[in-house]
Amino acid sequence: MPPAFVELLQFLLSGVTSGAIYALVALGFALIYNASHVINFAQGEFVMLGGMVTWVLLSQGIDLPLAVLGAVGLTMLVGLLLEKLAIEPVRNANVVTLIIITIGAAIFLRGLTSVTLGKDLHALPAFSGNEPLDLMGATIMPQSLWILGTTALIVLLLHVFFNYTLLGKAILATSHNRLAARLMGINVNFVLLLSFGLSALLGAIAGILIAPITATHFEVGIMLGLKGFAAAILGGLGSGLGAIVGGLLLGIIESLGAGYISSDYKDAMAFVVILGVLFLMPSGLFGKRGTERV
Amino acid sequence: MLQIEGLSSHYGRIQTLDGVDLSIGEGELVSLVGANGAGKTTLLRCVSGVQPVSAGRILFDGRDITRASSHRRVKLGIAQVPEGRQMFGPLSVEDNLRLGAFRRRGPKVADDLERMYTRFPILKEKRKQPAGTLSGGQQQMLAISRALMSHPRLLLLDEPSMGLAPLLVSEIFDTIRLLKDHGTTIFLVEQNAYAALGIATRGYVLETGRVVLADSGRALLENERVKTAYLGL
Ligand SMILES: Nc1ncnc2c1ncn2[C@@H]1O[C@H](COP(=O)(O)OP(=O)(O)OP(=O)(O)O)[C@@H](O)[C@H]1O
Ligand SMILES: [Mg+2]
Repeated sequence: MPPAFVELLQFLLSGVTSGAIYALVALGFALIYNASHVINFAQGEFVMLGGMVTWVLLSQGIDLPLAVLGAVGLTMLVGLLLEKLAIEPVRNANVVTLIIITIGAAIFLRGLTSVTLGKDLHALPAFSGNEPLDLMGATIMPQSLWILGTTALIVLLLHVFFNYTLLGKAILATSHNRLAARLMGINVNFVLLLSFGLSALLGAIAGILIAPITATHFEVGIMLGLKGFAAAILGGLGSGLGAIVGGLLLGIIESLGAGYISSDYKDAMAFVVILGVLFLMPSGLFGKRGTERV
Repeated sequence: MLQIEGLSSHYGRIQTLDGVDLSIGEGELVSLVGANGAGKTTLLRCVSGVQPVSAGRILFDGRDITRASSHRRVKLGIAQVPEGRQMFGPLSVEDNLRLGAFRRRGPKVADDLERMYTRFPILKEKRKQPAGTLSGGQQQMLAISRALMSHPRLLLLDEPSMGLAPLLVSEIFDTIRLLKDHGTTIFLVEQNAYAALGIATRGYVLETGRVVLADSGRALLENERVKTAYLGL
């Protein structure tokens, strides 16, 4: 293989790996946005909690599968409580108020984590060791395969849920027409609760999968949340397909930018993407065109 | 079956219903007519529980449902065909129908689907298409069928003839008459006062949030005030 090709392949592999994580976070944004038009700025904290709680449970001598289950369960509980205690009571407030509440919740969750679990950086062990695998001259870590495989499985499960189950369709229906959904007897508060639970689930899984690569820390949610948000905007807020494509694209843009320009700019790419999308195509790649319905 | 007592409702500080009294008996077809902005839609939304009530009570089968959630009311047997049809546009025709049966599960749903398709064959033809691509008349048929999927005992219809060609209007009114003959209790809101009062057992006239007339459908058609204000005679 020509070295230039191997180099490009290497960048692409690392791009889709982080891109898959961004896609999971972006899907979390999309779920809640569709159910409520709220951009949940606590999405990144779900990611952080997933990694941090897994680390705590591991450090208590609990096996990895159980620790993962525990962390996912606890993060989902946090998501459900956030909806029940902070969002639902003020459900009829305007969207900006609700968004500010999620920002407050994010700050609270970060603070609570730093107080209870400390401010240190923790690395999780890779799920299947650190022996790099060879792919046409480039290398890929087993953890990347975990990330890509798990993300693919989740995307498949979400696809089945939203296209082949009545509950999934009820969630879609609620996002398209809340009034009609209520008139059909759909409990839209439950839909909102469910979307927070699902978003927390996706966030936690993303945080657990990435922690062996980037390590975890009480503040990792800020950057990962922001990148997931950038991915969601790039794909078009509220579009599931957009979240996935946006995530992968952002990961690749970052990795190519870091590889061919300078790694100093890696984290700046997300901001450039957000600004670029807002200026050039506000509805993103797969978003609804035209004005927002009221 | 339905009793509304002293019902008031506000949008913010603007009062849109002011002490409305109204009742609907089992098997009746009751029509409510009134001008633009009289509060007809607001009243139906109160009955379905998607609009806050500021005073008064709503009883269904003698049970106070004023504070009941909208999904509970669907379960109790109240379904609404809302103004403007309110399709789940990107979802398929069949998904729209299935969601109408959201509060009911089980194998009977498939039978109901077939019944709806027999009533409106065009819906079967287009069952895989997004509901938003249907014509206005087809959407209205879908909206009615979707509401019927919940097996309502009380069907609320908000201006089902609005914006439809005359031929379709009479088809929709035929359907309503048929439903009534099969025993569904119907509360029909219409601007087309002539047609609505013509098929009604009883009727009410709403003006700026108040019931100003209540009588049999026939008597209202003869009423001078109704004639000048709503029938253009
Ligand atoms: N969302 C809203 N916010 C504020 N005011 C509203 C809202 N919806 C309706 N109104 C007002 O409430 C009053 C009653 O409206 P409503 O829609 O119930 O009337 P309607 O009899 O159904 O009229 P139409 O025949 O046009 O459907 C009107 O004056 C209207 O301007
Ligand atoms: Mg109306």
